Amino acid sequence: MNTTTKQTRYLNPYIGGVLLGLVLIAANYISGRGLGASGALKSTVAATVKTVAPAHYENAAFYQSLQSKKEDQGKGKQSPLKDWLVFEMLGVVVGGFLSGAIAGRLKLKTEHSPRISSKRRLLFALLGGVLFGFGAQMGRGCTSGSALSGMAVLSMGGFITMAAIFGTAYAFAYFFRKNWI
Amino acid sequence: MAPLVPYEIITPNTNLLFAFIIGIGFGAVLEGSGFSSSRKLAGVFYGYDTVVLKVFFTGAITAMLGLLFMSLFGWINLNLVYINPTYLTSAILGGIIMGLGFIMGGFCPGTSFCAASIGKIDAMVFIVGLFLGVVLFTEGYPLWKSVYMANFLGYPKLSTALGLSDGVLALLVILAAIGMFFVGEWAEKKFPQEEY
Repeated sequence: MNTTTKQTRYLNPYIGGVLLGLVLIAANYISGRGLGASGALKSTVAATVKTVAPAHYENAAFYQSLQSKKEDQGKGKQSPLKDWLVFEMLGVVVGGFLSGAIAGRLKLKTEHSPRISSKRRLLFALLGGVLFGFGAQMGRGCTSGSALSGMAVLSMGGFITMAAIFGTAYAFAYFFRKNWI
Repeated sequence: MAPLVPYEIITPNTNLLFAFIIGIGFGAVLEGSGFSSSRKLAGVFYGYDTVVLKVFFTGAITAMLGLLFMSLFGWINLNLVYINPTYLTSAILGGIIMGLGFIMGGFCPGTSFCAASIGKIDAMVFIVGLFLGVVLFTEGYPLWKSVYMANFLGYPKLSTALGLSDGVLALLVILAAIGMFFVGEWAEKKFPQEEY
């Protein structure tokens, strides 16, 4: 069996899925937790605020709840950046780059449907990012941390978030079809 | 016995090294499967490319089955594995907002970093948006704290909530995934798309 598809040199998706599952098992086996992404953004924002506006960090409710969680774990003095997900996401950037380099896919470009301009694509990317960033905090995790990793450990919240993400995207797909097809 | 960290077989600092290595594997699998392309990702919502469905659900059932068998064999204590809490209101509301962000932006957070790493400018702009969205949430936190904390149900497993054993739920998820794979393969033939 050929493990890559012909034109694109991408992995066969089912083999990619099994490999993804093995990475997720490794995270649970070694670290006792799943994969994630949005948590690293939260830590980065917290660390930035702590550095540039320490007084505000001491006062704002959200950063204080993060700080007290760290103190409960005996990590009160550590930087918010000394965090599992921050190190994992640094790895994601390295791993993505290596895979793209091996497959010859390193290229600066804005990918978009021929029916829309790059400017429109970038505007929607920005808006989508704002919504996803906000929603991932509200939902306590994104597609990786809440949906994928949650489902793997049979978390009820993981299944609910997964259904809400994909259900909503399908429900609104019609209105944004010009951006993609 | 695993997980290795709670059993103190590896130290917290070594754990961060493993986080980095696991991240490399995660990023390489995502990129290698085509998750660095927004048009491939968005394809699942129009049927022309269902790679998201296939990789996501194959990954979820592989990990689910792997962990259940490892627990059965006594290799891992699943009581020490982190189970996501369920806050019903915010799980649904957050999911809806993320779904909108997904169809508009074409990425989720993990895939956007992976796509940015190979030079996708749309992914870099999406990441700028992500940070703005996180700052909006953290700075406005008092405004949505009550919604964020509403309907906390603890750390239930879906199997417990439905009164099923873990194994039976896993079997049902696998059957559902196989059904979706057939729909995905059918959709790709039904709604083909030129080069993208």
